[in-house]
Amino acid sequence: MMEIDNKELENKFQQKIDRDIKIEPNDWMPDAYRTTLIRQISQHAHSEVVGMLPEGNWITRAPNLRRKAVLLAKVQDEAGHGLYLYSAAETLGADREQTIDDLHSGKAKYSSIFNYPTLTWADMGAVGWLVDGAAIMNQVPLCRCSYGPYARAMIRVCKEESFHQRQGFEIMTKLAGGAIEQKEMAQDALNRFWWPALMMFGPSDADSSHTEQSMKWKIKRHTNDELRQMFVDVTVPQIETLGLTVPDPDVKWNEVKGRYDYGPIDWDEFWQVVGGNGPCNKERVDARRKAKEDGKWVVEAAMAFTNKRNSKKSA
Amino acid sequence: MEKSKEWPLWEVFIRSKQGLNHKHVGSLRASDATMAIDNARDVYTRRSEGISIWVVPSNNITASDPSDEDSLFEPANSKVYRHPTFYDVPDGISHM
Repeated sequence: MMEIDNKELENKFQQKIDRDIKIEPNDWMPDAYRTTLIRQISQHAHSEVVGMLPEGNWITRAPNLRRKAVLLAKVQDEAGHGLYLYSAAETLGADREQTIDDLHSGKAKYSSIFNYPTLTWADMGAVGWLVDGAAIMNQVPLCRCSYGPYARAMIRVCKEESFHQRQGFEIMTKLAGGAIEQKEMAQDALNRFWWPALMMFGPSDADSSHTEQSMKWKIKRHTNDELRQMFVDVTVPQIETLGLTVPDPDVKWNEVKGRYDYGPIDWDEFWQVVGGNGPCNKERVDARRKAKEDGKWVVEAAMAFTNKRNSKKSA
Repeated sequence: MEKSKEWPLWEVFIRSKQGLNHKHVGSLRASDATMAIDNARDVYTRRSEGISIWVVPSNNITASDPSDEDSLFEPANSKVYRHPTFYDVPDGISHM
């Protein structure tokens, strides 16, 4: 009997999705839809928060006050994006602190891109331009995601993120048009971030275990490979405008398909980084864990203050 | 890791400009109302999105049950005469 009820609820749920009616927090939803979303949204939140680290690395060394103010504003935005997303995960019944502890224990993942180091100032350009560019490519379709709170968070994030990409491109433009050493620095940053940026879209469709169901539920609107292709198609002309070289000899315009071909991705590297063996995995998670431990007394002191004041009021 | 005593959840409402109502924009955690307002300022109004903020403890909100949707809202569907388009107005009549 229970099973029949569930089947009927599931059918109604899918009909709603098919008619593009958003799902809201208290609506009935299949358990798997809920767990898929909690996993995806909390990973997304972790990515925003861990993503502050490679850029935070350069705040004190920004080349001038304007660049410093901009970078600071960008990093502050990422903190806000993390918060929107943790809140969206909470609407699904996720325990916020548990999701954060899962990041710290290594159980939860975040975008593999943030496990690469930011070695020079040009990396701030490459990260803003390529990493935020790839993130926007991913997030724009998520604004139409079937889950209301996630879609609304994405709308806000996308609005804020467009400046992120522009400031990165501006850094690249300046460097690419500067002295030979500056141009080399820009090229070097592009060389190091190009492939990891392509990997941000996740495994190829053939190896992506969640894609089919997520598309049926309209959590995802495009496959990983479709998004990756869109990214290559918009980015290659930008690289040419900068006067830099695409670090992939196989990139060329395919007249028949009307898009750029590109070379094979090193999936071994991708799985190594996802599996915890990237250049900075340990450093990133350690930094997050330390932030929580060092900040614990602030959380507790603020709560103790509130409790004391409340007890005085009621006395 | 040891669990900390988490701050309570607050719902945030923002008035974007004078003359408009406060609108729900999201939620956040804070130890008290003052901190909730401060955090809401930092999180939800960094680009001049608001001129006034309300915060409400999330557990003080009572919501209707989505499964009651039919019985709650269906009665409105049958009362089409509540809408002006229900009525015939003869040709030539204006200002009505």
